[in-house]
Amino acid sequence: MEEIKLLKGNEAIAYAAIRYGVDGYFGYPITPQSEIMETLIKERPWETTGMIVLQAESEIAAINMVYGGAACGKKVMTSSSSPGISLKQEGISYMAGAELPGLIVNVMRGGPGLGTIQPSQADYFQTVKGGGHGDYKIIVLAPNSVQEMADHVALGLNLAFKYKNPAMILSDGVIGQMMEKVILPKQCQRKTEREIRKSYPWATLGKSKSCKPNIITSVELDSFLMEARNLRFQKKYRTIEKNEVLYEEFFCDDVEYLIVAFGSAARISQKAVEIARGIGIKAGLFRPITLYPFPMKKLNSYKEKLKDILVVELNAGQMIEDVKLAVECKIPVKHYGRFGGIVPTPQEILEKIKNEINK
Amino acid sequence: MQYEIIISGFGGQGILFMGKILTYAGLLEGKEITWYPSYGPEQRGGTANVTVILSNKRISSPILNEYNTAITLNQPSLEKFEKTIKSNGTLIYDKYGITKMPTRKDIQIFEIDAINSSIKEGNSKMFNMIILGGLIKVTKIVKIESITNSLKKTIQEYNQKFLSMNQYAILKGMNLIKKIK
Repeated sequence: MEEIKLLKGNEAIAYAAIRYGVDGYFGYPITPQSEIMETLIKERPWETTGMIVLQAESEIAAINMVYGGAACGKKVMTSSSSPGISLKQEGISYMAGAELPGLIVNVMRGGPGLGTIQPSQADYFQTVKGGGHGDYKIIVLAPNSVQEMADHVALGLNLAFKYKNPAMILSDGVIGQMMEKVILPKQCQRKTEREIRKSYPWATLGKSKSCKPNIITSVELDSFLMEARNLRFQKKYRTIEKNEVLYEEFFCDDVEYLIVAFGSAARISQKAVEIARGIGIKAGLFRPITLYPFPMKKLNSYKEKLKDILVVELNAGQMIEDVKLAVECKIPVKHYGRFGGIVPTPQEILEKIKNEINK
Repeated sequence: MQYEIIISGFGGQGILFMGKILTYAGLLEGKEITWYPSYGPEQRGGTANVTVILSNKRISSPILNEYNTAITLNQPSLEKFEKTIKSNGTLIYDKYGITKMPTRKDIQIFEIDAINSSIKEGNSKMFNMIILGGLIKVTKIVKIESITNSLKKTIQEYNQKFLSMNQYAILKGMNLIKKIK
């Protein structure tokens, strides 16, 4: 049955994972996302659905457990915050190279280094442009509410299995720590081994006499074969870019001044847009929900209609590069950012809009 | 209608819990809700605050720069948040917690002697529920029954025997709060 609860974003991820029939969670605690594992441990899903919850000895161990679980065709996930996600990058690159599905949650905090525990969006480049080595992409979802934190668990894992590719929920301390109303999905059964064999013939579940062995690896020492593999990856990425773009628009029908923002920055910008509309400024908000694939085509269509665009982020200017690419630099793209754990208020963004308009 | 509240005081005073009870009461009344805490190292010893928004429509920003009501339970909180109250808004402060009186003329100001009262009652942990009682008395943002149900649901997990104590504290707060201006 569906259930309405008052939950933190982090707690919503944990409940959604259990209900979506996730097979295993492997993690290592770090603020501001520790409630994910805490909630899983409190709920004891190993007694109900059979889901494994394991505190690994490190972030690196956790991502490699995800690699192992995914290689067996299991729905597996890990979570961390910025410094911990940096540690996981090698594993994520290996998963992308071995074409393994899996879900990684990053509840971002201010960096660089150990930084601060307060909210930030400074891992956009790391997540969307690579992070680990090699020509690979991961599917990146940017929830902006507690409900979406829950919904994106299923969405992320579905996309990960559809494309045999890691997916990441890129959230931050605001969404992870805030409480909102959540409608949790009804309880799904975990896939049985027989179902996994049938759905994922590539999974390494032990070899029977009648079939060839499945090998999961990212290594290929023959460069020609490795190039062919890369070409196949690129083809897959183009398919993802064509089919899986998600975005949301507020007040965009008659927009004269557009803000582009994701996640928590989009929530705050939305308020700024609401106030602006109240005082007669035709502001609007464009929110990419998928950061990879980025909504290039839709944003491109704005270059004819607008004089300029404002990108609001909790960083020094990262997504702005993709917005510039999307509009082919045909119109000026401005930036407003606070960083290091400082979250801007709606008023700050409104002032920025007013200043830009009066220029 | 959207109602925006900031509750601020020392870490450990039960501010986040008070906000949660209020938020859950809003949920039980079918409202849209957000609860956003300061979750930094200030939770123990320093100042802590929580923003609670109750609304009839989808809530945009959980982070605000002005509020309908500010509850300030110590002097630093009063200094920080008195100026963020909307004109005709409400300020509630704890008598024991502040040293300098608020100065705004365009807002309603209420005083509640919650710390002293909870100590007199022999249970300083009642403090936050006394404040919550005062808040709903003067703002009427949620019904008292919703607060009771919210408490029932929230403390169920821990210990139901604390329910009557909390309810008593809420009623106490409703009687204690007094208008200054």
